[in-house]
Amino acid sequence: MIELQNVCRIFTVGDQQVTALRDINLRLDAGEYISIMGPSGSGKSTMLNMLGLLDRPTSGTYLLDGGNVTDLNDEQQARVRREKIGFVFQSFHLVPRLTAAQNVELPMILAGIPAEERKARVQVLMQNYGLSDRADHKPDQLSGGQRQRVAIARATVMNPTVLLADEPTGNLDRTTGWEVLKLLEGLLEQGITLVVVTHDAEIGARAQRRIHMLDGRIVSDEQRTK
Amino acid sequence: MKLADTFQFAFGSLRGSPTRTLLMMLAMSIGVAAVVVLTALGEGARRYVVNQFSTLGTNLVIVLPGRTETAGIGPGLMSGQTPRDITLDDAQALLRSRAIKRIAPLTVGSAALSRGALNREVVVLGSTSDLLEVRHMSIGIGKFLPAGDINDGLSVCVLGNQMKQELFGNEQAVGQWVRLGDRRFRVIGVLASQGESMGMRTDELVIIPVASAHQLFNTSSLFRILVEAKSRDYIEQAKHDAEEIMVQRHSGERDVTVITQDAVLATFDRILTTLTMAVGGIAAISLAVAGVLIMNVMLIAVAQRVKEIGLLKALGAPGKQIRMLFFAEAALLSTAGSVAGLVLGYAGSMIIGQIYPTLPVSPPWWAVLAACFTALGTGILFSVWPARRAAKLDPVAALAGR
Ligand SMILES: Nc1ncnc2c1ncn2[C@@H]1O[C@H](COP(=O)(O)OP(=O)(O)OP(=O)(O)O)[C@@H](O)[C@H]1O
Ligand SMILES: [Mg+2]
Repeated sequence: MIELQNVCRIFTVGDQQVTALRDINLRLDAGEYISIMGPSGSGKSTMLNMLGLLDRPTSGTYLLDGGNVTDLNDEQQARVRREKIGFVFQSFHLVPRLTAAQNVELPMILAGIPAEERKARVQVLMQNYGLSDRADHKPDQLSGGQRQRVAIARATVMNPTVLLADEPTGNLDRTTGWEVLKLLEGLLEQGITLVVVTHDAEIGARAQRRIHMLDGRIVSDEQRTK
Repeated sequence: MKLADTFQFAFGSLRGSPTRTLLMMLAMSIGVAAVVVLTALGEGARRYVVNQFSTLGTNLVIVLPGRTETAGIGPGLMSGQTPRDITLDDAQALLRSRAIKRIAPLTVGSAALSRGALNREVVVLGSTSDLLEVRHMSIGIGKFLPAGDINDGLSVCVLGNQMKQELFGNEQAVGQWVRLGDRRFRVIGVLASQGESMGMRTDELVIIPVASAHQLFNTSSLFRILVEAKSRDYIEQAKHDAEEIMVQRHSGERDVTVITQDAVLATFDRILTTLTMAVGGIAAISLAVAGVLIMNVMLIAVAQRVKEIGLLKALGAPGKQIRMLFFAEAALLSTAGSVAGLVLGYAGSMIIGQIYPTLPVSPPWWAVLAACFTALGTGILFSVWPARRAAKLDPVAALAGR
């Protein structure tokens, strides 16, 4: 479904060049559960941003469903992000002035979905994630776990095919972290492709496919045998 | 993203930072209010002058001794040689024209007016019964000058309202005698109070028959002749006829100036409209200043909202959409600022109107429209740069708050 071919990403800071991704070749299939692990600075986040079309490769090709995405213009890429990709961030990234429900509604507003349908979908999702009684609360009135649940609701409200989570449990305590992870894993049943970047070996081990990165390279890519 | 949603979202972000929003609205509204108030003043001055002219009389043509090339104000003053006088016969001859309805010859001088021990210097106006109609005066008590032979030097006078008050107080004035110079006049009427009109206070006048005035001032020449044309359409004809008749009577010499009130009025109108526009333009500069302020504050807003912009991009908003959001904010701000400015401006105009009741202050519609469009225009124009900057943000860096 997603294929990276010889992807490099080089950052230029002043007159220094930092290579975050070196010659990455990666294929993700629909419905896969993938964890990406590796030491700090190994390029995990850069890889995730690349997969989420938030970043463009310095060289190499990104194929989505066989089509070259690197050639798409800003508006077309935004459309792909809107319709196929969901993001979950370590620091939640909720809009502080919007309520939980409004934060979940946001992607649908951007997609131009009519208000009635938005309301209905938000309500269903909030119920599923146990957030119904928190719908009208602002993010700063929510606990970390609740915030991340809102963020996951927001990431899935457009029914994306891929969900990219960058250390989704990084800012949560163990118990809450596990709850959030269970929620994410639940999405696999709906056929979503789940990519989780994590420092936690225990969490990383849960994925069927475990990718290890070091210094911008994929050093191991293990598939758990069933 | 739907347009309505765009505006609603923009409204939300404006409400999210009320201080910033109020500040920008204030700047905008002060600019709009300045335009409204200043043009209202200019327009008030224009209307004041126009009103003053119309109190002078309608369809008025004025014949003055002397000749100037420019048909402006104060003719006769520039020309070096003494022009030939205009006489009462000249005035009466004007009635030969079919375009002329009536005339009122005018002689002006000053004399000492006294009654018993009371004594003061007054402006004396010599004219005929038609002056009442031609100059749109109205009589308060008694009668105006009687119609009859223009050469009859009757010893009657009409007092301005204030003159009557000074000499008689609350006593009955009509029928009483006053002394003007060395001659006694009987008061036959008192003018209704009119206030000021073109710098001449009719309230302080004394009006006597023109022949009596000539005797009093020992002259036979007229200060000017007021001519009323039959209607608006006859003004040019009346002017032409008056000129021709005077040339004929002055043995072919063009030594009088005939001006129409319309021409003078048009000149004033033009000058004051230009002035109003200039003043409005200057006030509009404050709108540009407001625009620069909006730009600055918006740039700060972009910096403050970097994370939010990054998030919107991650959620699938293209750069174009981000730009639209900022434009919508600017448009909302400008509109709200304009409305507030209009309210402020109209309130200000009304207060000025209360303080100076003689000035008919009211902002002209074109200025109001221009102010609103300028506000909207500058608001959006000056948000172009911040909006573009926001749209160009790199989503990854923006999400990281860099
Ligand atoms: N915008 C940038 N400009 C310059 N260098 C960058 C930029 N983003 C990332 N890098 C560099 O690229 C490399 C990979 O960064 P990345 O954020 O992908 O690491 P990571 O594996 O996610 O680390 P962590 O576990 O700490 O989140 C690092 O050396 C980092 O310094
Ligand atoms: Mg990272």
